[in-house]
Amino acid sequence: MSLFVRFAHRFDGFALDVAFEAPPGVTALFGRSGSGKTTVVNAVAGLLRPDSGHLQLDETVLFDAERKISVPVHQRRLGYVFQEGRLFPHLSVRQNLLYGRWFAARGAGADFDHVVEMLGIGELLERQPGRLSGGEKQRVAIGRALLANPRLLLMDEPVAALDEERKAEILPYLERLRVETDVPVLYVSHSMAEVARLATTLVLMEAGRVIRSGPAAEMLSDPENVPALGVRAAGASLHAKIAAQEEDGLTRLEASAGSLFLPRVDAPLGTRLSIRILAQDVILSRARPEGLSALNVLPVTVAAVRLGDGPGAIIQLKAGEDLMLARITRRSALALELEPGVECFAVIKSVAVAQSDVGGAW
Amino acid sequence: MADWLTPDQWSAVLLSLKVSFWATLLSLPLGVAVAYLLARYEFWGKQALNGLVHLPLILPPVVTGYLLLLTFGRRGAVGAFLEQAFGLVFAFRWTGAALAAAVMAFPLMVRAIRLAIEAVDPKLEQAASTLGASRAWVFATITLPLILPGVIAGAILAFAKAMGEFGATITFVSNIPGQTQTLPSAIYSFLQVPGGDAKAMQLVLIAVAIALLALVLSEWLGRAVARRIAGS
Repeated sequence: MSLFVRFAHRFDGFALDVAFEAPPGVTALFGRSGSGKTTVVNAVAGLLRPDSGHLQLDETVLFDAERKISVPVHQRRLGYVFQEGRLFPHLSVRQNLLYGRWFAARGAGADFDHVVEMLGIGELLERQPGRLSGGEKQRVAIGRALLANPRLLLMDEPVAALDEERKAEILPYLERLRVETDVPVLYVSHSMAEVARLATTLVLMEAGRVIRSGPAAEMLSDPENVPALGVRAAGASLHAKIAAQEEDGLTRLEASAGSLFLPRVDAPLGTRLSIRILAQDVILSRARPEGLSALNVLPVTVAAVRLGDGPGAIIQLKAGEDLMLARITRRSALALELEPGVECFAVIKSVAVAQSDVGGAW
Repeated sequence: MADWLTPDQWSAVLLSLKVSFWATLLSLPLGVAVAYLLARYEFWGKQALNGLVHLPLILPPVVTGYLLLLTFGRRGAVGAFLEQAFGLVFAFRWTGAALAAAVMAFPLMVRAIRLAIEAVDPKLEQAASTLGASRAWVFATITLPLILPGVIAGAILAFAKAMGEFGATITFVSNIPGQTQTLPSAIYSFLQVPGGDAKAMQLVLIAVAIALLALVLSEWLGRAVARRIAGS
């Protein structure tokens, strides 16, 4: 199931003109507040009628300005998870979950028990929404959207209103969702950490326009995208497999470029993970560093160098099969004579697990 | 109780209850519809509709009664048509008293319901439509349950207002004992004859009791429904 989006819309003092394609998987719309992300989602949902353009989900035309087609909201069969939940206060959690089911096509649709189990909301079914925490509300809202048997799931910053703890509580469920259901997701976010963890496709938005889009792994490891992603949030992902649980509490992961050590990752041996390394957490050295406290040092080859306008530089590195980014000063880049093809060592100060391919097992 | 009150008093009380009950019940769907229209839509003539609804509140009741007589009387345009087509007569009948009471109570009813509708977050209605509910279903399953306390409050307010309606009623349907003499008309009549004070006082007490009962009932119903919605 792929979504094709192309439309223009003009508000007072703001013009939106976007075109992108969202293939199966999770497509993240990333950009600053006010870049028009929510407007795009509302147009796809049918809550906003664009001035011109065309929206299509596989073969189904949802909107076409020229042919004067606009499928009404309630007939689009898209699940929409809003930032603030929007649970119906007069209905119990169970009734909220089943609301969309009344209208969904018969026979099809996600299995109620499976969704309830996946989101961990079995205990809440008989409660009223007024008595739920923010994180619980969002999980119910996700379940409600899924059970409406949607052809596409729209999520507008579903965790932005939550504190860090609640966010950490929900993200694993979103990952499970990506792994366990085949409903494509359009995910709006302004958090790079969320995007790196969830997205398979990334659409970068700025001031009402799509500036770039493509597969998330490629986009995140491309130095050209660093200004748009934000220097502090820039970073790439390595693929790795859990190789051993060491006695001192560390977990050894095997990436294509070498071994990495992380604080205990609770998952069985052989589990595939995606490791996120921020560009600013990487130090480069021409010689293999010795007498260093950092455990994680990978041999890498410089793939590209992007000198910024300021004192910084972004170096794209080939680490085995994967690409990663390092953010260093322009002065160091020149002093170390870094240019494509140069071999060096990446000292990694901090590593985080970004994606787990075995839904939520860690 | 029947011998505590004279037949005339007794029939006035019963008639007022009947008139108010039907006036409230029949105007309620229209009240909800008009309140929804005024709260949720922008359309040409909205201010005119709003003004029309509120007119009975600001016009002297006698004027409203006279206008009703002109329109719904047997020689009035609408009245003549209704009599010919459905055999429905308003003038000098209890049905006319109900119509007058409904018209006079309508602004209060619409106001209460409109406030309730405006308090419902349209985002909830949007959410329901993304889940596949058509506009009518959204109204039936989301909006209506959420505004129920307001609808009940509006209905009881209208009922109380209908119980007390005097000016428009007496102008439109007169004050015929046993036919169109409502509670307030009866009190007025008793006060016009020497020695009628005692009978009037009895009816006054009944009127006070009914009004208090309606107030308590509306508080109780409103709270019960609000509790159900808040889910405690």
